[in-house]
Amino acid sequence: MGEPAYNSTELLICIAARQMPDSVTAFIGTGIPMLAASLAQKMHAPNLVPVFEFGGTGAQLKKLPRAVGESRTFYRGVAASGICDIMETAARGFVDYGFLGGAQIDPYGNLNSTIIGPQHHPPKVRLPGSGGANDVGSLCWRNIIIIRHDKRRFVPQVDFLTTPGYLTGPGAREDAGLPPDSGPYRVVSTLALLDFEQDTKRMRLLATNPGVTVKQVIENTGFELVVPDRVGQNEPPSAEELRILREEVDPERFYI
Amino acid sequence: MNVIESGLGELTQPLDIDEFRRWNREKSRVLVDKLMTEEEAVSRFVYDGCYLGTELYGTVRCPMTLVREVVRQGKKDLRLAGQGVTELDLLLAAGLVKTLDITYIGLEVFGTSRALRQAVESGQVEKVVEWSNGGITWRFKAASMGVPFIPVRSMLGTDTLRYSSAKVVECPFTGQKVCLIPALVLDVGLIHVHQADRYGNARIEGISGFAFEMSRASKRLIISAEEIVDTEEIRRYPDRTIIPYYLVDAVVHAPFGSHPGEMVYLYERDEEQLRGWVEASQTVEGTQAYLHKYVYGVADHEQYMDVVGRDRLASLKAAVEGR
Repeated sequence: MGEPAYNSTELLICIAARQMPDSVTAFIGTGIPMLAASLAQKMHAPNLVPVFEFGGTGAQLKKLPRAVGESRTFYRGVAASGICDIMETAARGFVDYGFLGGAQIDPYGNLNSTIIGPQHHPPKVRLPGSGGANDVGSLCWRNIIIIRHDKRRFVPQVDFLTTPGYLTGPGAREDAGLPPDSGPYRVVSTLALLDFEQDTKRMRLLATNPGVTVKQVIENTGFELVVPDRVGQNEPPSAEELRILREEVDPERFYI
Repeated sequence: MNVIESGLGELTQPLDIDEFRRWNREKSRVLVDKLMTEEEAVSRFVYDGCYLGTELYGTVRCPMTLVREVVRQGKKDLRLAGQGVTELDLLLAAGLVKTLDITYIGLEVFGTSRALRQAVESGQVEKVVEWSNGGITWRFKAASMGVPFIPVRSMLGTDTLRYSSAKVVECPFTGQKVCLIPALVLDVGLIHVHQADRYGNARIEGISGFAFEMSRASKRLIISAEEIVDTEEIRRYPDRTIIPYYLVDAVVHAPFGSHPGEMVYLYERDEEQLRGWVEASQTVEGTQAYLHKYVYGVADHEQYMDVVGRDRLASLKAAVEGR
């Protein structure tokens, strides 16, 4: 039997799901994080507690939510409260993981989802804005960024710093008043899995995706990556992961 | 307190918490029937240049009937607290927005909002001030607490703060840097709920979003409700009331008042019409055609439901998922 065929979205979802341990709280936003959380619940993390920003806590993600406020975000959940409760839960250190995306990311994991271009107003391109992203990036312990990997997105400096990563480097988050020991933890991209080097807080290559070379990752990154001597390789989605993803997580093929 | 950084964004609504207290002192506590049409509610309480807020988010429990009426009446130069999707998209597409305290305006899974891009990139929206979702809700919370600001740990170190009107100060107790979020008092709040009585006592099922905070931060509050219930029902289960009547100025009966969005436990969202809007809003002509069909060309919410189709609405009800 050959390797099962899969698309890049399915790969992102599977690798993101693998980053989520059981029995943790995870702040889930629209799109891939919802699928990843659902897949994780059905694979290795049945007690994962998804937290949705408008109040849904602990949903059983039997059916895929299509919006962060819809009923599936608290289907058979343990609580349905409101946005203040959720944001304040994160603020007092109760949310372990957060998921983030963006139009641009820099070497320190800072994200832009506000504007493209040098001027704030009127901007060249107006994007949706922070939404809850800034709160997630500020308040959750460990943030996982999911993003397509190319030079337009992986840039030396973001046009607008919407959501804090490590800002300008070691100690910068704490200097700005953000909670200590929090920040970006992993970057799940279409080409690789990355983390942030302890001493410099710069993005570091951990493992390449199936069929991707280290050179390709470097060539598609608009800044200098930390590349260790040994770079791992991510396992492709297993037949079981793909089956659950396609048959149980998103049978309507809303996202995949 | 030592101010370390001040956001460049102007306060788009003057901050006077004592004035808000005086306003609330004068607001009637009398139990009077506030049930009225959306036409009357909007014409009486929404005005050109007012600062408007809406609740909830995405396609969920948005006050669509009320917003369509605001668009129909062409209330213009609006200042908006922008944490929304379908309803704010309509106001932007209709060219009624002058300044924006924005957190997120986009179409979630359907992508970015063409209406937002057009209105902001052209400079038609004159001022844009940035906030996080937590930030803007805490602004309502500060107003509801009757204090001029509250300290939070979001937005620090970012351009989101730099282009907001928040400030960074040194905490007088610990010396840590904290972000001060200024109170936001709305001239008019629009909230769609599951049930309300004629006086305005209102209930919401499922998540309550930021209805609690926003209702208490509004000088005028228009409630639209899927169902009008007897006050005896309210008094029997007072624990279920999220908005007490004295906060409310008008009650509008609007079944399917969140359409084309959904209402938890009552009806699903109308995927087809939502996609229709996403497509239509890509061009000026498409936008105008949509607005004409569903807003300008219909007299009121009753007629809107006819245009959408009663059978179609019934099918959205039938599709609702269980608990």
